[in-house]
Amino acid sequence: MEGMLHTLHEFMVYTKGITYILIVLALFGITGFWLFLTGGDEEKK
Amino acid sequence: MSEESTTTSRSYLTPFNMIAGIIIILGLIVTALRFTKGLATVTNLSDYNPWGIWIGFDLMVGVALAAGGYVTSAAVYLFGMKKYHSAVRPAILTGFLGYALVVLALHYDVGRPWRLPYPFIVQQGTTSLLFEVAACVALYLTVLFLEFSPAALEWLGLKKVRRLAIRFTLILTIFGVILSTLHQSSLGALFLIAPSKLHPLWYSSYLPIYFFISSIIAGLSMVIFEGTLAHRYYAHKMDSAHMEEKDHVALGFGKAASFVLAGYLITKVIGISAGNHWHLLGTGYGIWYLVELLGFVGLPCFLYALGVREKNLVLIRWTAVLTVIGVVLNRLNISLIAFNWHLPSSERYFPHWMEIVISAFIVTIGLVAYRFIVSRMPIFYEHPDYKESH
Repeated sequence: MEGMLHTLHEFMVYTKGITYILIVLALFGITGFWLFLTGGDEEKK
Repeated sequence: MSEESTTTSRSYLTPFNMIAGIIIILGLIVTALRFTKGLATVTNLSDYNPWGIWIGFDLMVGVALAAGGYVTSAAVYLFGMKKYHSAVRPAILTGFLGYALVVLALHYDVGRPWRLPYPFIVQQGTTSLLFEVAACVALYLTVLFLEFSPAALEWLGLKKVRRLAIRFTLILTIFGVILSTLHQSSLGALFLIAPSKLHPLWYSSYLPIYFFISSIIAGLSMVIFEGTLAHRYYAHKMDSAHMEEKDHVALGFGKAASFVLAGYLITKVIGISAGNHWHLLGTGYGIWYLVELLGFVGLPCFLYALGVREKNLVLIRWTAVLTVIGVVLNRLNISLIAFNWHLPSSERYFPHWMEIVISAFIVTIGLVAYRFIVSRMPIFYEHPDYKESH
């Protein structure tokens, strides 16, 4: 993939594109993780 | 108590005292060499490697692991989590000793101790990160001293001064959080000046954020870790409130550490993505980076969560050890292992044995001071004269 990026613009579009996708996945992931982490509290109630 | 006093006289030659005594004697000899013969005699530092373990371990690791003070006092006094109150004094004590030893270690690296106040009275480099670190560490050490002082004043029986000191608890906590946020992140920002020296996987414009977040993780984990050790060796000093709260502290801090670790893991992955460094993960350094990221961030994150869900205190306590090792590894990676990574092996830094002696000497002084204080002052219990004042 490195060889395909010739300009700063291409680099930024590519890296930001991947990063934004990761951030969306992370938001879903951390919500799920919070539910997992606090799952014990709910079971106790 | 009477039984204790009769055994005191014959208990000086314990294994701890003997090992500590040998390390302190060796440390004093190397100290004399350091301040009379200079850095070249006792260190492997060079122009390529101006910072060794006295900065990478004693300072970077010391500051991170001393973060329990601001994390615990913020949780109790700012966020109102009074159920963790018993953890405040031990955490403040560890923080105070940690920072005091960081300043001591800095003397060895910088030399000429009488010039330590120079950042404030001589040079005008107020735009320097090192100035900010110096100012914050000096101020925060003062804050920690004042936060710790009520315990010492109770021990000394100075009630009026203690009453005055206790009035400043809230403002000191706020100062502590502000100063810690500033200098914990600034220690990471110091490496922003060296993009060509630090391996790209560890170098990131997010370094200040990484250092700050990981300091919270280190603080939470250290409180659990030292609580476990204190309970093992100083259970006889603990009052009923301390004994009752210790499991709540481990569960609560474990849960917080797990969630912060998850956030830290996400920001680290985003850092790799923002720099487009995915291809480096397949290299030798990449595998080492993955060991740090998955083995000492991802794994403890999961283990803490599992421990909290199942109320498994043993798992939480062992995870705290793993996490502390992870933070130590991270600071050593950034300051030593992945630093100057492109240099030939002949130019790479490996600490001189006398550097290691000084680091061990400083840690030992900390342990001896800790033992002295918790054996005498009300750290694990509330002084009977002040039980109503909290």
